[in-house]
Amino acid sequence: MTRDKTMTADAVVARLTSGMTLGIGGWGSRRKPMALVRALLRSDLTDLTVVSYGGPDVGLLAAAGKIRRLITAFGTLDSVPLEPHFCAARQRGDFELTELDEAMVMWGLTAAAHRLPFMPIRAGLGSDVLTVNPALRTVTSPYGDGEELVAVPALRLDAALVHLNRADAQGNGQYLGPDPYFDDLFCQAADAAYLSCEQVVDTAELLKEQGPQSLLVKRAFVTGVVETPNGAHFTSCAPDYDRDEAFQRAYVRAAKDPEAWRAFAERFLSGDEHSYQAAVAAFHEESA
Amino acid sequence: MTTTTTTTATRAEYCVVACAEAWRDAGEILASPMGTIPSIGARLARLTFSPDLLLTDGEALLMGDVPALGAASGVTEGWLPYRQHLALVASGRRHVMMGASQIDRYGNQNISCIGDWEQPKRQLLGVRGAPINTLNNPTSYWVPRHSTRVFVEKVDMVSGVGYDRAAAAGPSATRYHRIPEVISDLGVFDFETPDRTMRLRSLHPGVTVGQVREATGFALTVPADVPYTREPTADELRLIRDVLDPKGLREREVPAP
Repeated sequence: MTRDKTMTADAVVARLTSGMTLGIGGWGSRRKPMALVRALLRSDLTDLTVVSYGGPDVGLLAAAGKIRRLITAFGTLDSVPLEPHFCAARQRGDFELTELDEAMVMWGLTAAAHRLPFMPIRAGLGSDVLTVNPALRTVTSPYGDGEELVAVPALRLDAALVHLNRADAQGNGQYLGPDPYFDDLFCQAADAAYLSCEQVVDTAELLKEQGPQSLLVKRAFVTGVVETPNGAHFTSCAPDYDRDEAFQRAYVRAAKDPEAWRAFAERFLSGDEHSYQAAVAAFHEESA
Repeated sequence: MTTTTTTTATRAEYCVVACAEAWRDAGEILASPMGTIPSIGARLARLTFSPDLLLTDGEALLMGDVPALGAASGVTEGWLPYRQHLALVASGRRHVMMGASQIDRYGNQNISCIGDWEQPKRQLLGVRGAPINTLNNPTSYWVPRHSTRVFVEKVDMVSGVGYDRAAAAGPSATRYHRIPEVISDLGVFDFETPDRTMRLRSLHPGVTVGQVREATGFALTVPADVPYTREPTADELRLIRDVLDPKGLREREVPAP
């Protein structure tokens, strides 16, 4: 039997260092590795370059002042269009931004996964994505068409953090919802990938719920596996659970006022993952 | 046979029909509406004059049926996760109708931020997929509240590419670039002018040219004779009111003037 890669969220963070480039999987407020993000918040890591299809992962890290540069196409909470901490941090000028089209992010990760320096794409031409990223270059087709396209540079990552529904202890990861997002690409583009999941199961159990095409992440690309039930909370993790809309609304309300945010952080983010989940349960009991 | 009583269409219903018209003769492509009224419009088009359209459930599934807005789809005809959606954009077999926080006379659109990009006065979504959309498949826009804050002389961050910027960027940018129309609560607009600047194509009944000019922050081409947006048919009104939007969500997006 191959290596047991299970570890705790804090052990994952202990392997990371300040200044690293981290890729965070999921999309907006969907299947984000929030338990790993919360572990980052508990650490003294800082000065991070974050690559993400931005949601509350970006918001929380920005609010904690841990981001030096953000590489993204957007920040959103889906059912709430604007991510409040992302917006506030941008308006304060808290971090540098590399703003790319969402397909450019996919192509940048693909280039990194394929060990290529860039990938050509039509997106970006004529838009201010090229204006605000003066380092972006174009590439001219060597064939008869002579097309000039944007050369998206590889987005190579020091580490990737993703959250899936199931995994085995060796790092084979499975998604059970309707969309894999880009979590396999994030893992392939990274020197080390850490996969949290709702449940660690025996390898032989993986195909009990869905077919082999649900096996998204291969163990050769995974360094560590973390079992974190409800670990994507408050983002969605279909079919295990939907987004916690009531909690997300409370997050948004708190983010709009420094005093309210201090109280929110004190209540939910000052302890470990266990106390977070307990505080979330208490939040729902109160509002029931 | 039931007879539909003659009822005047609301402003929101003219907007739904105008949005639906954007997908007339589109063929077998994906209709990607963003916003309540475009979503009702795309479903109306599929139920009437554009039955071959593909529609998503807003996430990763292609709907085999046409449910009411907000209701679950009961039939799935295909799978379209984000990675395939982005590939479909590049294939061109799609017509998207996006929102716009700002739009200028050449059709440059902004959903990224207001003010100086380095440290914006108001951060919005970010460019999202606007750059790839506009260079690859027909991209129309929906503006539920037509005002000089949205229709501006110059957008703060070009997210969606307009005709002047595409032309300046060269043949790879113009090759598949097309902005068929802009639809607002006041009328329908296009770029069928020699210099590809915005033109008023039709007014929704009840709206005047003066109202449109006053709510637009740049000089708009207004033909001598501006038609009104067409009337919904009785069947279309029935589909909108009884089938697609029985909760009247359209009236919340565009309230009666």
